[in-house]
Formats: sequence, structure tokens, C-alpha cells
Amino acid sequence: MTDLQDLYQELILDHGRRPRNFGKLVDANQSAEGYNPLCGDKIRVYVKVDGNIVEDIKFEGAGCAISTASASIMTSALKGKTLAESEQLFRAFHDLVTGQQPGPDTPELGKLEVFSGVSEFPTRVKCATLSWHTFRAALNGKGGVVSTE
Amino acid sequence: MKAIGKEVSSEATGKAAQFDVNRYRQDFPILNQLAYGKPLVYLDNAATSQKPQTVIDALMHYYATDNSNIHRGVHLLSERATNQYEEAREKVRRFINAGEKREIIFVRGTTEALNLVAQSYGHANVNPGDEVLITALEHHSNIVPWQIVCEEKGARLRVAPINDDGEVLIDKFAALINDRTRFVSIAHVSNALGTINPVREMIDLAHRRNIPVMIDGAQAAPHTCIDVQKLDCDFYAFSGHKVYGPTGIGILYGKAALLERMPPYQGGGDMIASVSFDKTTYNSLPYKFEAGTPNIAGTIGLGAAIDYVSEIGLDRIAAYEHELLLYGTEALSEIPGLRLIGTAKQKAGVLSFVLSNVHPHDVGTILDREGVAIRTGHHCAMPLMERFGVPATSRASLALYNTKEEIDVLVAGIHKVREMFAL
Repeated sequence: MTDLQDLYQELILDHGRRPRNFGKLVDANQSAEGYNPLCGDKIRVYVKVDGNIVEDIKFEGAGCAISTASASIMTSALKGKTLAESEQLFRAFHDLVTGQQPGPDTPELGKLEVFSGVSEFPTRVKCATLSWHTFRAALNGKGGVVSTE
Repeated sequence: MKAIGKEVSSEATGKAAQFDVNRYRQDFPILNQLAYGKPLVYLDNAATSQKPQTVIDALMHYYATDNSNIHRGVHLLSERATNQYEEAREKVRRFINAGEKREIIFVRGTTEALNLVAQSYGHANVNPGDEVLITALEHHSNIVPWQIVCEEKGARLRVAPINDDGEVLIDKFAALINDRTRFVSIAHVSNALGTINPVREMIDLAHRRNIPVMIDGAQAAPHTCIDVQKLDCDFYAFSGHKVYGPTGIGILYGKAALLERMPPYQGGGDMIASVSFDKTTYNSLPYKFEAGTPNIAGTIGLGAAIDYVSEIGLDRIAAYEHELLLYGTEALSEIPGLRLIGTAKQKAGVLSFVLSNVHPHDVGTILDREGVAIRTGHHCAMPLMERFGVPATSRASLALYNTKEEIDVLVAGIHKVREMFAL
């Protein structure tokens, strides 16, 4: 497979075209906006945290195939996870897309593995991580906008 | 297909026909390389152009043989460096047909020139309740410096609107000029769309009320002959790196009478005649606005770039690029789902487009792997993107060394995007 086919795998194209968990989460108790000034991508991540659990999560916004698919697959992966598990997934995902060796306690990435091709495209790492940074900003209760820059 | 540009005169077509692009390509060593195993197709010239060997040699030669500070040494090297620096000023003067050498101020680039005028002229002349007029086509560098002045002074920034082709609505522009207008600052050529503004007409409209006009010529200098006296603009700026010169050097032209009355922009060495702790007397033009050791190598490199384009002839370059633009416009218009953004009748070599619902960033990545370098994003013109209802566009921009074959590679690359995204 070429690098390009590695990057634009069918699953990514599918989630890019028809993102899951897309829209406003009405009963969210946390949210944040993420912005990539390089390409103008803007997303908002809504989270409903119950105790220690990500009970529900949705997002809205416009972006490239990579950032939209990443947000879509992220929301599917995080639903029902504990906050500690979410943070572990973020670290593992970050290592994956930046081409780092996974640590010893790396959790199963499941569908998130589809983003492994991103590491060959350094200029696209920010597209893949935008939704994750935004999710973490929402949890940390940081108002305002997180930027990739 | 929408007609772009006026019909090329037979004379211009003749000029383009004689244009030996393959010979000129040899002058640019960077073009002779592969990108991901494919011949590099560089179509990001509106961001920065590549440099001919003569410019690279001028920089090397300066550092290898003449490097020294200017205007202060009594020694041989300083004399040589000073002479070359001032020769470059004369080359710029001729290039834009300014009346006097002292009207040419060396700056870092167009952005610094705009900030200089906003902070010096703007700060001294814009008062509460006044207005500064720009257009909806402007680059952020011709928006933000004026916003800063307007905010500080309690003045208002007015924006002349454009139509769906990306042309300034001249009637609306004229109607926005009023007794409160203190300054007008407009792009000669739009960086995001390629629209050539009718600047002469716009300057006349402002001058009827004695309002000075600044022209942002960053995108015009590589593509059009500039005559600041014919335009009668009060200020004009362009960047060296977009006209085949080095980065970090640009010029501000200003009418001497205006520059004389303006307060300095930055204080420091070279911009003074004498300094005591009680009072400083400023240097004469242009040095009043050139504080500190300038980009000497860059200035000499810019001189070499001006020599290069002047030798080929800007009218010939413009005619050739126009032919490429028409070819590219037709080829891109035939691609299903592709929408050109910016279809002004008067256009310079920019092909800005969106492709169905594929994000420009994805288009850019796929083209990159085909060896094709384009720009994707908002092109530092976010209000303009909003006007067209798109977050970003893909932009291919032309230079004198581009070919029809390269446009064919671009088109094939776009078809590859369509294939990958199953359009």
C-alpha cells in the first residue's frame, strides 16, 4: 500500500463522510472549542461526564477528512470509558500518530489503529489530534478555544 | 466556462509565444529535483517564488567578498557594501518608476511596510471618529495594522464589499469615501483570488477628497509593470521574496512630501543625524525610516532579482502567465465538482478552488505526494473565505517558470483526489 492509501483508509474516508456522534449534545456538562489556524478547522466537543465515566460525547464542526474521522472515531472509542482510560487512550493515540514506540501499558487502540498512517505525514498530525486536545480541554474545564498552534 | 481576463492582444500572444520557458527554468536550480520520486511541480508562488541562480550568487558573493556594515565604515569593504546597497535602491526606483531614490525605503517585507505607514502616518493623522477604508479582498497584513490604529484612536475601519466573482464593487467603494475618511489602503492584486483591482480608478476617487492611498503590491510586483507616478499612489509596498528575491527584504515607496512630514517608525542607529540626551535630530530620507543595520545581503539579492525579471521583461512575463492562467482556468473548469473561487475579469496567475466536499487540506496532501506543491487554507484572508462561505480553498499560483505540462500534472492530481474520495 502507498503512504496515501495508508492515510486515507476506507474507514477514515467513511467516518470523514458520515461522522458518528455528530451534533450538539444537549445535556453535556463540559464542552470546548478546538481550532487549527493552519487550515481553519474548527470543532466543538461536548462531553457528559458522570462521576468518573464519559457517559456521552458528541462533536460538531467542519474539517478535513482526517480531523473529522478522528473526532468521529474518538467519540465512539471514548463513550463509556473512565477518565483515566480516556487519558491512556489519548497518550497511546498520540504515540501512534507521531510515530513513537508504544509504552508498556498501552491499551488496545481498536479502530483508532486506522490512524497509524498519519505518522508518515507530519503536517497532518495536528488534524488527527485536534479533537483529542479539544476533548481534554473540555474535561479540564478550560473555557475558550484550544489551538493547535 | 467563465471568461477570465480580457482577450490577449496579438502583440502579447506574440510575446508569450517567444517565451522560452525551458530556458528560464534552467535558471532556477531548485526546480530540478524530485518530490516523492516525481518531478517537482511548484505552484505555490503566491506564497513565495523560487530564486534564480543569479540571486543566489549575489547573496553568496556578498558574504564571501563584501560583507561589512554600511554607511559608517571608512574601509574598503564598507564602501563596497554601501555602494551595492544604494545601487539596489536605484534599481528599485527604476523598477517602480519612482521620482526619487529617497522615496524608496527598505523594510523586511510588505507587512512591515504596511505597519510602518499605519503606525507612522496613521497614528499621526487618524483621530477619533475618523475612518480608514480597505476592501474585502485584503490580506490580514492590510487589515490588522489598520485595526490596531483604529482601535487606539477610536476610529472606524470600513470595508468595501466585493461581488461573487471577487471584484470590488467600485460604486460601493466610492460611496464609502466621505469627509471622515483619512486613509485608503488596498491590494493591487488579491493573494487569495488573483483579482487585479482597478487601483488607478480607486486612487483617483480617493484623491478627489485629498485622501492618501497605500497600495499593497505584494502580489502585483511579480506579475505587472508598476509605475507609481502614473498610478499617483501615495505609498506602495512589495516583498522581495515574491519577485524571485530573498526573504526578509521588501520596499516601501512613499511620496517624499508625505514621508518628510511623517514621524519615525523605529528609533536607532542610521536613522539619526545627531543624538544628545536632550534631543535627537532625525536623518534625512530614506534613512529616517531605516533604523538599525538593515538586511544588506537581502537588499543586494533583491537588486539581482529585479535585474533578472527586468531582463526578461515584466510585460512578457505577464503575457506568458496570462496564457497559462487561461489554460489552467479552462482545464480546471472541466473537472466535475470543482468550483473556482475568484473569477474576476482582470486576474493575475492564481487558481483558487474548492472540490466538492473534499477539504482543501486533503487535496493538498494528495497533490503533494504527486510532487505538486500548492497552498491550502485561508491564505491569511479569513474574512474573504467567509464571504465565499468556505473555510479554506486550494490555491495553485503561477510564476514565469511554470508550464502547461505542469498544469496537466495538477489536473491529473486533482483527478486522483476525486478517485480516492470516490467523487
